Amino acid sequence: MSALKFQHQAQRTRNAEEERARRGSPVDSQAESRVESRVESHVESHAESRIGSPAGSRGASRGQMRLSTRHTRMRRARTTVWLILFLAGGIGLAYNALVRPNGMAQVYVERGEKVYVEAVVAPPLGAPSGEKAATKWLPSDDAALIDGRAVANSAQPSIKFTETRGIAPRIARERRTAGDTNVTLSIVDTLGVWIAAFFTLAIFSFLWRDNPVYKFAESVLVGVSAAYWMTLGYWSTLVPNLFAKLAPEAIKSWSMPAMIIDPSEQTTQFILALVPLILGFMLLMRLSPKGGWISVWPLAFIIGTTAGLKFVAFIEGDLMAQASNTIAPLVALKEGQLQVGDSIGNVVLLFGVLSVLTYFFFSIEHKGRLGTMVGKVSRVGIWYLMITFGAAFGLTVMGRITLLSQRLEFLFGDWLWIIDPANIR
Amino acid sequence: MLKRTVPLFITGIAGAILIVAYFSPATTNWGEVVTDWMNTLAAVAFILGGGNLLFVNLEKISSKRPGWAYALVTLLAFVLTLAFGVLKIGAVPNAQFPATPWAGDYESVRAPFGWVYEYVLSPLTATMFAMLAFYVASAAFRAFRAKNIEAILLLGTAFVILLGRTAAAAILTGWIPVDGPFAFLRLDTLAVNIMQYVSTAGTRAIMMGIALGIAATSLRLILGIDRSYLVSD
Repeated sequence: MSALKFQHQAQRTRNAEEERARRGSPVDSQAESRVESRVESHVESHAESRIGSPAGSRGASRGQMRLSTRHTRMRRARTTVWLILFLAGGIGLAYNALVRPNGMAQVYVERGEKVYVEAVVAPPLGAPSGEKAATKWLPSDDAALIDGRAVANSAQPSIKFTETRGIAPRIARERRTAGDTNVTLSIVDTLGVWIAAFFTLAIFSFLWRDNPVYKFAESVLVGVSAAYWMTLGYWSTLVPNLFAKLAPEAIKSWSMPAMIIDPSEQTTQFILALVPLILGFMLLMRLSPKGGWISVWPLAFIIGTTAGLKFVAFIEGDLMAQASNTIAPLVALKEGQLQVGDSIGNVVLLFGVLSVLTYFFFSIEHKGRLGTMVGKVSRVGIWYLMITFGAAFGLTVMGRITLLSQRLEFLFGDWLWIIDPANIR
Repeated sequence: MLKRTVPLFITGIAGAILIVAYFSPATTNWGEVVTDWMNTLAAVAFILGGGNLLFVNLEKISSKRPGWAYALVTLLAFVLTLAFGVLKIGAVPNAQFPATPWAGDYESVRAPFGWVYEYVLSPLTATMFAMLAFYVASAAFRAFRAKNIEAILLLGTAFVILLGRTAAAAILTGWIPVDGPFAFLRLDTLAVNIMQYVSTAGTRAIMMGIALGIAATSLRLILGIDRSYLVSD
């Protein structure tokens, strides 16, 4: 009895195993294809491949191994291509720097000493009778000093400084050969060209994949960019618009000698300048952990002013101006003659604007006579929009390619001196 | 009151002054003053941004979070450039006022600040944008499929514009006589006509839509209907 029971159990187990094996095959192939597609997407996105497969799936493991090998092969091929490119670049650099007679990436400058003297300049001929002589700083070789219209102030010592201007390498070499000692190689600018080339290549290295060199360049960009805009804001807005109104005399003697001070306006300007000063301090309170809410006041001011400015500017500059330009004669005439091309163009233009506006604003259900008509016009509006987007896309691509060609021109022209269309090197 | 009512009042008054100043010649001066204040505040906002960058990166460095070395690079680049610019280090003397050193030109390529712009910032930003050429082309190759009339129009226009503005236009359709009846089929002419009429129509309608949208949003802000900016605290 027990032997029979054992045989029966063994048979059931075998049947179950066969059934599992029969069903297991398609499941495994599905798993394999799933893994395949995942690996493909990983390969495409240049990410590290981490293949996940269902546990115990032997078919998936085979697929995983096959694709992993393929992935490794692709990575090796890519690495080889980059290695070849780097080697070619290195050989090119060495050739340029050592073998070519004129070298590469050199910036030459011409230095000259300039002397400035303080002089009393007489009013020009024909000036109003009340105009007085002005005191100005002039170059010592200025025509006014030579012909006597200006007289140097001997009590004030002259100021000397070196003026530098860039000069084309070919001319620089010729002048240096002729013995001109004023023309020299600018180490600072030459270094600048090398640094610019390094940063250009560092950013381009992202095309391979994210890497430390790219991250370094990106970090520099963030820091320099923030400081650049902060500096411009300080010197071009804060100093003339705020500090110069709060302390005009001090700012004039410090950094804005050309500033004209109107004493009658001074008090009003001072009081008016206090408002942005206070609002500015309130805005900086955003950095404080507790008084952050105070910054909402200047923020509200910025939002209100922007809203007021944009409201007027967009209504006038965009809505009204665009509508006015669209309303052009549908039958274009020139000296009494019908202009077929312009007429068709104006019709196309007017119909396009109206159909796109219909698509934007008349969002009614496309049923009934009116609804169907609106729907058809809207569809034409969509076609117009698609053409507009296509044109915008084309122009964007062209703009980016222009920028790319400029960077390549810098690398092969200014840095490597391989191309020289203007024959200046 | 201080956190909600006063900011709403400030927004309304500032916006209303600028709108009134546009329509009334007697108040034009108010608009100029308010715009001047806004420009000053925008410059202060740059300082706020710089301060924020400083705090964030210092915090990252002090806590040695992953990538702190890059934060240090950012910080060094920021501090150096700021020092060159704000302190006008090595600025080229002003020829008209050589006796006033602070009136010097700090943006000249001969000054350290101008040098940083010319050889660091300019190549970095230009290359960043130039690199988009690859990504735009790659995205277009993956995404663009001419499967319906809209997609065909978009693709076709892009091709016509790209070809029509390059030497390819002359190579492909240069044989069509300029004065003939089929001159409009020349790629360069086609590109010009698309830009002049069809694309202009679309752009105009988009601009008019944007203008109406901005006007409505501005009014909502000025009238205090949109208060989303108040919830930050």
